[in-house]
Amino acid sequence: MTKILIVAEHAGGKLNAATAKCVTCATAIAGAEIDIAVFAADAGDIAAQAAALAGVKKVLTVENAANAEPLAAVLAPQVAAVAANYTHVFGPSTTFGKDLMPRVAALLGVGQLSDIMAVESAYRFRRPVYAGNAIVTVEAPQDKKLVATVRAASFQPAASGGSAAIESAIESASAAADIPTHTRFVSRSAPATGRPDLQTASRVVSGGRALGSADNFKIIFGLADKLKAGVGASRAAVDSGYAANELQVGQTGKIISPELYVAVGISGAIQHLTGIKDARTIVAINKDAEAPIFEVADIGLVGDLFKIVPELEKALG
Amino acid sequence: MSKILVGLKRVVDYNVRVRVKPDGSGVVTDGIKMSINPFDEIALEEALRIKEQGGATEVIVVSIGAAETQQQLRTGLAMGADRAILVQADSAVEPLVAAKVFLKLIEKEAPTIVLLGKQAIDDDNNQTGQMLAALWQRPQATFASKIELAGGKAKVTREVDAGLETIEVDLPAVFTTDLRLNEPRYVKLPDIMKAKKKPLDIIALDTLGIETAGQFKTLKYEAPATRQKGIMVKDVNELIAALKQKGLV
Repeated sequence: MTKILIVAEHAGGKLNAATAKCVTCATAIAGAEIDIAVFAADAGDIAAQAAALAGVKKVLTVENAANAEPLAAVLAPQVAAVAANYTHVFGPSTTFGKDLMPRVAALLGVGQLSDIMAVESAYRFRRPVYAGNAIVTVEAPQDKKLVATVRAASFQPAASGGSAAIESAIESASAAADIPTHTRFVSRSAPATGRPDLQTASRVVSGGRALGSADNFKIIFGLADKLKAGVGASRAAVDSGYAANELQVGQTGKIISPELYVAVGISGAIQHLTGIKDARTIVAINKDAEAPIFEVADIGLVGDLFKIVPELEKALG
Repeated sequence: MSKILVGLKRVVDYNVRVRVKPDGSGVVTDGIKMSINPFDEIALEEALRIKEQGGATEVIVVSIGAAETQQQLRTGLAMGADRAILVQADSAVEPLVAAKVFLKLIEKEAPTIVLLGKQAIDDDNNQTGQMLAALWQRPQATFASKIELAGGKAKVTREVDAGLETIEVDLPAVFTTDLRLNEPRYVKLPDIMKAKKKPLDIIALDTLGIETAGQFKTLKYEAPATRQKGIMVKDVNELIAALKQKGLV
């Protein structure tokens, strides 16, 4: 019997969309029973959102003041304790899941499978390596618990309409788990932009090195607002200080799959392309006709971005 | 004596376009440039800066790999590490095994800080630092973009999806590096000469007394699905028309 525990990611009382994508990945395993665990100071609203996801059997809550912030060192022993009765433990391949899940795996004495992009069976999966330049099919042993992260861009979020039971798992979590105090949350700077979140936006406009300055980068925000899009950036633009780190798209930044991706002044290094391969439509605007971005773009326009972007904004009305 | 242990993995160079072998058994590595994993280079740079500012007395670079990995360790020594340890392994080890190797070295060297890259750009696993911290029962501060040490503690700014997060950890601890932590220094020729005289110890993986077998079996490698080449448009009007045709505006 395949029993999958999914660790919920949440912030500000809201379930992160990546959790619903983990559910879709889990439902691809035939006959799997799927539960979600919510670790929080106050799990109420989050558990209700998790319970509404189609395909989920049970939502387990572990409410503890120590769980107010997602610290891997604090959460991992609790996750490992709750995972005792499961064959699989999944988390999203976000910075939250990447930080937490390997710590859980090591506590359970097993390895981890990172970035599941496709399910072949309960113990056989596909995942990208070398910045997505190769896809490997990997088999995990059936006699060990499988801890894995799920590549969110590869799965659609699970539909709502479910009505899973909500239960507290505080006893099993705290009885077995020794919660360390050596790691403490200090602060988080999460800029409120009013724009769609980069990871879940259906449209994204990204800027690259060619923008030339943080001031010039503002035209990317202007175009994004016109398209009601999220904003992204290439590593070059982030390293040069034109855009904030959380906007980086690519191998070591965010992997996204919007309906529309507009790459402005981005040449298209392999590491960037790996972050946008799953976009439905890619539009590239670049002055260099030889730029590799045009090899993957559905629609390409060669020219000066400082002329084209204002024209485009105007044409969009 | 406070030591910093830095992990250096030998990987296919960042600029190489990796190709899958026709028989699906792996990727082409013959005659391909190999380098220190870029995130590990950042980890070493940070360790050297901590030492230069008086936060440590010795920087030890560690690698797990084949004999050729000595090249990358020599580069690490040329950058400024004091000594190197190669845990010689004939084939690649999984992150959990790597974490167990580091734990063995920690028992011997008793470092205050272990600095690792957040991920290796070959297998893209992003696991070893977190696993090591768990096995060592010490704090982890992953994806670090700023590390400030003071009085047996460290304040670390981390690059997370929402922006930047700051946590405080007690030392000893494991840190994994993100891109914006620093810009690694260039190696100068005289330092390369000096590095040849620095100690580089070689330990065979199977003498460490840990389980070295992996648990995952890679069945095959495939090239990713390629996107079909699209159309080129001449101006903004044509672009808008093409977007309209796709129902995107």
